[in-house]
Amino acid sequence: MIKKADIVIIGGGIQGCSIAYNLAKKGAKNIVILEKNTCASGSSGRCGAGIRQQFGTKMNCILARESMKIFETLSEELDYDIELNQAGYLILAYTEKEINQFKKNVVLEQSLGIEAKMVTPEEAKEIVPPLNLEGIIGGTFCPTDGNVNPLYTTFGYAEAAQRLGVKYYPFTEVTEIETEDKRILSVITNKGKILTPIVVNAAGGYSGPVGKMAGVDIPVYSQRHQILITEPIDPLWKPMLMSFSENYYFQQLPDGGVLGGYGDPEHEIIGDNVGSSWQFSRTMAKKMVKLVPILKEVHMVRQWAGLYNMSPDAQPILGEHPQLKGFYMSVGFSGHGFMLAPVTGRLIAELILDGKTSIPIDKLDIGRFKRGELICEPSVV
Amino acid sequence: MKDETIICRCEDVTWGEIRQALEKGYTTLNEIKRITRAGMGRCQGKTCQSILLREIAKYCNKKIEEVDVTTFRPPTKPVKLGTLAGDNDD
Repeated sequence: MIKKADIVIIGGGIQGCSIAYNLAKKGAKNIVILEKNTCASGSSGRCGAGIRQQFGTKMNCILARESMKIFETLSEELDYDIELNQAGYLILAYTEKEINQFKKNVVLEQSLGIEAKMVTPEEAKEIVPPLNLEGIIGGTFCPTDGNVNPLYTTFGYAEAAQRLGVKYYPFTEVTEIETEDKRILSVITNKGKILTPIVVNAAGGYSGPVGKMAGVDIPVYSQRHQILITEPIDPLWKPMLMSFSENYYFQQLPDGGVLGGYGDPEHEIIGDNVGSSWQFSRTMAKKMVKLVPILKEVHMVRQWAGLYNMSPDAQPILGEHPQLKGFYMSVGFSGHGFMLAPVTGRLIAELILDGKTSIPIDKLDIGRFKRGELICEPSVV
Repeated sequence: MKDETIICRCEDVTWGEIRQALEKGYTTLNEIKRITRAGMGRCQGKTCQSILLREIAKYCNKKIEEVDVTTFRPPTKPVKLGTLAGDNDD
């Protein structure tokens, strides 16, 4: 294994691969990705595949919009078909309070050039004919939201990065990070030691423990989120169906399978358990069959779980640690890491190489928690 | 084996696709599943996994028992969403 590097990235998922690719594209050399398992074996390969631009804060809308712009040409850029499917997101409202929030969101989104609009229940039914409208009083629809294949996207970034000279080491687990005078010195792995002045923590569900190795306390924890998928069936509808108050998201993917999940922060296991529970599949099936009754005849074939890396305000923590020079973080995405990775990977690369970013991310620094400047995003599952 | 031989019948994955993944350096069953979709279909790998294990072992000069299998995930066989949701008319 290599003994010395300019930049060591810990975590070979979508964040690490996007950062490495963007660094190499900007001309950086001697970049190493350390992955304790194999590419996309963690949460990147377990995510719900959705990519959306409908958010409730200006910063999230801008980041998501820019990420979508990158997704739109990413297959060509990476020379890997990531199966982009801009089928839209239909976000459904069940209460007046939600409608009022969605109205605000849509004004914000439209002011930023995002094509979202309010829809009536009747319009929702036109977009998704098999929809059961019970309890639904309206919603929002953005036709340019959609999904990609998260596995192909991660492999695409990893292979493109390697073509630009990045070294990707699978089955290489970091055990220690050595520091001196508040600077990074080296990274020790199960396969040897690498001297480096810069470490990027892109360890997803394991970013907290990686922080501790460097003596840094990152206020994140990991929590299990589960997903199920059905057998492929004939096309029934296109967009992602989502609700914050009723707590679900599910969508028919281009290959015909219907994939869905929901959040259960009160009951789900904290830590790195990615086993499956029968309670999840029962509850998820109930939600799916209620909303799209025809699905009761469709077979579920598989369920799995991944980790949300949660921060105190459900927003990512991006940037260099103020007390440890050379220790960069791209962590705490709280369930939105995959869809934001194209843009955040580019911004972290800019930050490392230029010291500044083309879109401001200074408000996403780790210092915001001490300052009490948390960012409250109203629209998350 | 011919390139056009179907290895995974549920997802229509051919030996040619598997061979290309192996030659790219993806020599674990997990990686091959993620890249080719072999084993992700209706039977969840019950048919193709043993063939894949044999071919990975051959390619890597390993014994078949030295090749890691993928995680077995529920359900054991496909279940209707209506059954899971409590509609027992099945």
